[in-house]
Amino acid sequence: MSAGLNDNELIEKVIRGDHQAYAGLVQRYQSYVFTLTLRMIKNREEAEEVAQDVFIKAYKYLADFRGEAKFSTWLYTIVNNTCISFLRKKKPTIHSLDDERVFLAADRSVNGNRQDSLEQKSVHAVLTEAILRLGHDDAEIITLFYKHEQTLDEISRILGVEVNTAKVRLHRARIRLKEKMETHYATEIKDLI
Amino acid sequence: MNTNLQMEERLWAYIDGHVSGTEKSGVEALIAEQAAWREKYQELLAMHSSLQLTELEEPSLRFSKNVMEEISRLQIAPATKTYINKKIVAGIGIFFISLLAAILIYGFSQMDFSSPGSAQIEITFEKIDISKFFNNTLINVFLMINVLLGLVLLDFYLSNKRNLYRKDTR
Repeated sequence: MSAGLNDNELIEKVIRGDHQAYAGLVQRYQSYVFTLTLRMIKNREEAEEVAQDVFIKAYKYLADFRGEAKFSTWLYTIVNNTCISFLRKKKPTIHSLDDERVFLAADRSVNGNRQDSLEQKSVHAVLTEAILRLGHDDAEIITLFYKHEQTLDEISRILGVEVNTAKVRLHRARIRLKEKMETHYATEIKDLI
Repeated sequence: MNTNLQMEERLWAYIDGHVSGTEKSGVEALIAEQAAWREKYQELLAMHSSLQLTELEEPSLRFSKNVMEEISRLQIAPATKTYINKKIVAGIGIFFISLLAAILIYGFSQMDFSSPGSAQIEITFEKIDISKFFNNTLINVFLMINVLLGLVLLDFYLSNKRNLYRKDTR
């Protein structure tokens, strides 16, 4: 029904009162939004709650979307702000990501209690785990750039920084990701790189 | 170490396509001629391709349904531009500009531009007795508190800068 419509057409329908048309936008972006919240928050249940909150906020303020940027860019700005305020509220209970126990808890919450050995891990699993070991800002910029098809210009809008700052942050995030992979997945990256 | 980082930075920019024509041919020449650059390029390119291939995470099956249930109880808020009345904003602006203009006009109207005498005002600094002001204990205490506050603010500013630097070099 709404599958053939582009984002702006769907938004138009929702604003005119067809709130069911919003389901089209939710289905189109739920995986993107959830991947981003999960990589920033690192806990599946909390990430899903925050992702829902993002779609609810986006619906509430849909009339403020002026179509100057892509809907996805506007939506990811809400993701960024919602995740940051969630993490700020949660801050007292957050430990260093270098703490192995914390990472293992996050890993279990993302991947369940699967017992696959390191050797059996796919490239996807290795990279996903390495991204989870990064700080939320590094994980966010890498996810936005590689999985959400956002240009540096769009990323700079989402993060509210200059394009050059976004470029530097992306570069540093990739360096740190490489370091995490070399530290924790030395065996696997022999096959990967 | 720095050379290695610079090499990576240039190679990432090349892989991302964020390089100008001359820089592009420069990096291509380095990759073709130098084994270290070629090796690093292959390494980064493999990482770049793998990152593009990572899969998206899927939320629970009820995700979309939950969102739709929540929004069925909500109304879309009117666009901000509809309730920010530009006339009110302009009115406030006009009020303050008029107030400033009135103060300036009143001030100038009180001045006596026809007063005779030299334009230079003679000030005898020797006659100014600042000891009345600076011998006062209260003023000295006030100055000390200000100096102390200044130092606290400077410390706060430097700590912030140090934290930002640590975060960036993490």
